[in-house]
Amino acid sequence: MADGPVAEVLLRRLETADGGLDSAELATELGVEHQTVVGAVKSLQALGEIIETELRSSKRWELTAEGEEIAQEGSHEARVFRSIPPEGLPQSELMRLPSGKVGFSKAMSNKWIRVDKSAADGPRVFRVVDSVEDEVQRRLQLVRGGQAEKLGEKERSELRKRKLLTEVTLKTYWVSKGSAFSTSISKQETELSPEMISSGSWRDRPFKPYNFSAHGVLPDSGHLHPLLKVRSQFRQIFLEMGFTEMPTDNYIESSFWNFDALFQPQQHPARDQHDTFFLRDPAQAQQLPMDYVHRVKRTHSQGGYGSQGYKYNWKLDEARKNLLRTHTTAASARALYRLAQKKPFTPAKYFSIDRVFRNETLDATHLAEFHQIEGVVADHGLTLGHLMGVLREFFTKLGITQLRFKPAYNPYTEPSMEVFSYHQGLKKWVEVGNSGIFRPEMLLPMGLPENVSVIAWGLSLERPTMIKYGINNIRELVGHKVNLQMVYDSPLCRLDAERGPPSTQEAA
Amino acid sequence: MPTVSVKRDLLFRALGRTYTDEEFDELCFEFGLELDEITSEKEIISKEQGNEKAHGASDVVLYKIDVPANRYDLLCLEGLVRGLQVFKERIKTPMYKRVMPKGEVQKLIITEETAKIRPYAVAAVLRNIKFTKDRYDSFIELQEKLHQNICRKRALVAIGTHDLDTLSGPFTYTAKKPSDIKFKPLNKNKEYTACELMNIYKTDNQLKHYLHIIENKPLYPVIYDSNGVVLSMPPIINGNHSKITVNTKNVFIECTGTDFTKAKIVLDVIVTMFSEYCENQFTVEAAEVVFPNGKLHTFPELAYRKEMVRADLINKKVGIRETPENLAKLLTRMCLKSEVIGDGNQIEVEIPPTRADIIHACDIIEDAAIAYGYNNIQMTLPKTYTIANQFPLNKLTELLRQDIAAAGFTEALTFALCSQEDIADKLGMDISATKAIHISNPKTAEFQCLRICVLFSSLSSAVSHLLLQVARTTLLPGLLKTIAANRKMPLPLKLFEISDIVIKDSSRAPSFNSYQHTCSQASFMSTPIHCCILE
Repeated sequence: MADGPVAEVLLRRLETADGGLDSAELATELGVEHQTVVGAVKSLQALGEIIETELRSSKRWELTAEGEEIAQEGSHEARVFRSIPPEGLPQSELMRLPSGKVGFSKAMSNKWIRVDKSAADGPRVFRVVDSVEDEVQRRLQLVRGGQAEKLGEKERSELRKRKLLTEVTLKTYWVSKGSAFSTSISKQETELSPEMISSGSWRDRPFKPYNFSAHGVLPDSGHLHPLLKVRSQFRQIFLEMGFTEMPTDNYIESSFWNFDALFQPQQHPARDQHDTFFLRDPAQAQQLPMDYVHRVKRTHSQGGYGSQGYKYNWKLDEARKNLLRTHTTAASARALYRLAQKKPFTPAKYFSIDRVFRNETLDATHLAEFHQIEGVVADHGLTLGHLMGVLREFFTKLGITQLRFKPAYNPYTEPSMEVFSYHQGLKKWVEVGNSGIFRPEMLLPMGLPENVSVIAWGLSLERPTMIKYGINNIRELVGHKVNLQMVYDSPLCRLDAERGPPSTQEAA
Repeated sequence: MPTVSVKRDLLFRALGRTYTDEEFDELCFEFGLELDEITSEKEIISKEQGNEKAHGASDVVLYKIDVPANRYDLLCLEGLVRGLQVFKERIKTPMYKRVMPKGEVQKLIITEETAKIRPYAVAAVLRNIKFTKDRYDSFIELQEKLHQNICRKRALVAIGTHDLDTLSGPFTYTAKKPSDIKFKPLNKNKEYTACELMNIYKTDNQLKHYLHIIENKPLYPVIYDSNGVVLSMPPIINGNHSKITVNTKNVFIECTGTDFTKAKIVLDVIVTMFSEYCENQFTVEAAEVVFPNGKLHTFPELAYRKEMVRADLINKKVGIRETPENLAKLLTRMCLKSEVIGDGNQIEVEIPPTRADIIHACDIIEDAAIAYGYNNIQMTLPKTYTIANQFPLNKLTELLRQDIAAAGFTEALTFALCSQEDIADKLGMDISATKAIHISNPKTAEFQCLRICVLFSSLSSAVSHLLLQVARTTLLPGLLKTIAANRKMPLPLKLFEISDIVIKDSSRAPSFNSYQHTCSQASFMSTPIHCCILE
């Protein structure tokens, strides 16, 4: 007998029992935890037809911690009542009592006490009646004594609303004799050993049947994070399309590269303290390419390159302000500037996927940091039609084929278009990305030739990942609080393949 | 993106037809707007304050429409209707005219005291305007929308509108000590000094956001009429005396600010939108503004500008093949009156004062593309030939991730921003030794019950606030916190992370930095690998 004394006792009791026995009752009689009996039942179940079981659930009322306290000490209102001496008590003092707040309003509505607002030293509380019946305490004591059924439905629900009672469901087994019932059970063999074969003892041994619905033991293994699995897939897509990865290994940017170089005016709301993290230390970027900076300054304040400009007083100090980059377009601006310095011009396709930072109010879909995906093509004579064509190929690789484009506004692209795709589940068009052709006011000061156009698009990495893995709260995906089980369980990332049917849950 | 809320039935009446919600949504999409929400005042109140409060509120259907941030001419019902009607070729875009009055022209004199606080002012008059309740509400709402957007919450420009018949010019725009300014402000029945007002408005949910603009300045801006009546104390509040009502016939508009260009744009937008209701439609009476240097300017500018764009350039940038005549027609539908001139390939485009967003030929090209219909453009692939390269650091990272995971480690993904405590105190280090970069304006993020793991042995849970104060200088705290949050998981926990950290390094010679690193010359990033095992 390897199944412990409880299983043994259970079988012996069952032998003499009339019909069967209840696991909870047995636990009480034996003075053991119910869980121990359940364990014994389960191990007996595994042996075949020794016992038969039926799962039963019963509901029971239990006191909450506060309910326990009240059953012991009396209700808040009674305690308030008792603490008031015949000469009354200042209300402010009463409110400071542990039961003060709740007790006061309950005692008032029970008409046990009254407040004299005109008392000399502020409102004073007096008893109205000489003694009170503490019904709440009495009822809770009944429940504690296992006599909850003596209370009416209404009384119970009132106590439940006050969070003094809770209803708990207890799952118990009704155990009866099985077709192969026996009090003398021997453990079934799980392995066939060479000794059994040589001695022939295997002929007489009972063997445990295979359980093909068991979960099995997972092999020890490491796991990649689902967001970064998706990142790998996006990198793969860009590489398949011939895009070169831009360096983005600088979270810190100057306002110049993050905004000014992109022709984003210095009063733009995105440059507000409320939207962007600025640095205190180091606060200023010292080294900027000054001849280029001057061309940018002129374009903002006076125009040029065919532009009216924004006509405002452009300040170098504002451009020097260091910040945590708010978009990877800052890295694209640097890459395009480097491209412009190479003569003669050679066409380029660039991409990046990296972290960006926004001083945002945090909610289920927004964090202060997220990953941005960006693609850029620079060549002679690129058109809006080209942008749409590249987007179509890109999104097809993501498994998104139904696209349409909406006019939009971005400070650094013109024309600009938001990309929408039809969501079969939501039955509506949802935005999947933003795109456009970089403004000449951004490109020409860099030194790019006039007939070169640069098309670009961007999207976040988190959103498609959340959709792909069915996660609704971004905090369940990113950060230290994620449940590692989610990381362990996250399946392969195949962006272009439809998600298969959800795996069926096996009975435990 | 600003959202404009308009009454649906009013909108359809002005458009001269009704639409289903889907049809209107479609029209918005095509034009670059977004029908964000269909609601009613009742629904909004009941959502925000509960059903009881909404009782008796209006259930007139409201359309909430998202407007691109640079289209100030679409921020009110009047502008939206005009834009859509011209787009659908139901009306022609109006010509806005500035006229001199028959009698004396209204004059606003700027004194030099304003130079240090709010130096610019512009003004205009809407003569014989006919308000109704809806028009009046729209007039007030437009000012609010402009204040919130182009005016940058009144910091750059503030608008004051007044019943001209209650005032007598010329007006003076000056700046005075707060204690010397005393008047009865809008909707109050008593006079207050400017100092008193600033105190009163500290608790005003709307106005308290604007106080900081002038609060600590020695002089406050103020506008008087010739009898010493206060029109307004920009950018905070108007006087009650010249308050406009539904019955106001003649409106004096002043815009003061720190950005002259934007003040002129704001004035142009208001008068072009609401001159529609003047006796002489789309006609605005000029006002003269005398600057401290004695120079006299006439406003509103209502400037029309001509731009020349070649038809083949539009075709080439969009990727279409339209005749110059067709392109001119497309542009005219976007309120940009255009005609083909010269060699038959040149298009002369007239930029009206409503379209301050058009500053380059590329803006004109976009409008041609919108009118053509983005979704009618043929998609093509560029023939750009390129060889792809991976960024070496990322290439190495990808390889390492695979192999570390294969060695049985699970990848964590933690935040780059954290509190000073995380990278210093909790690791037993002094913050100055971490060479961390510091954020100047962190928003406190309150995280419920953040569990702190203290070096595996003593686990304590505490409610704490996570401050985003610094960028991490090590990955270790993030990994420890991941372990602490996953204590229920079976052991062993084997975690790793490869990601960037930021360390300040002022010793780096500037010559090491390519432009790529110029901004971060005082700091550099490195990408460490960190693994943790808890057994």
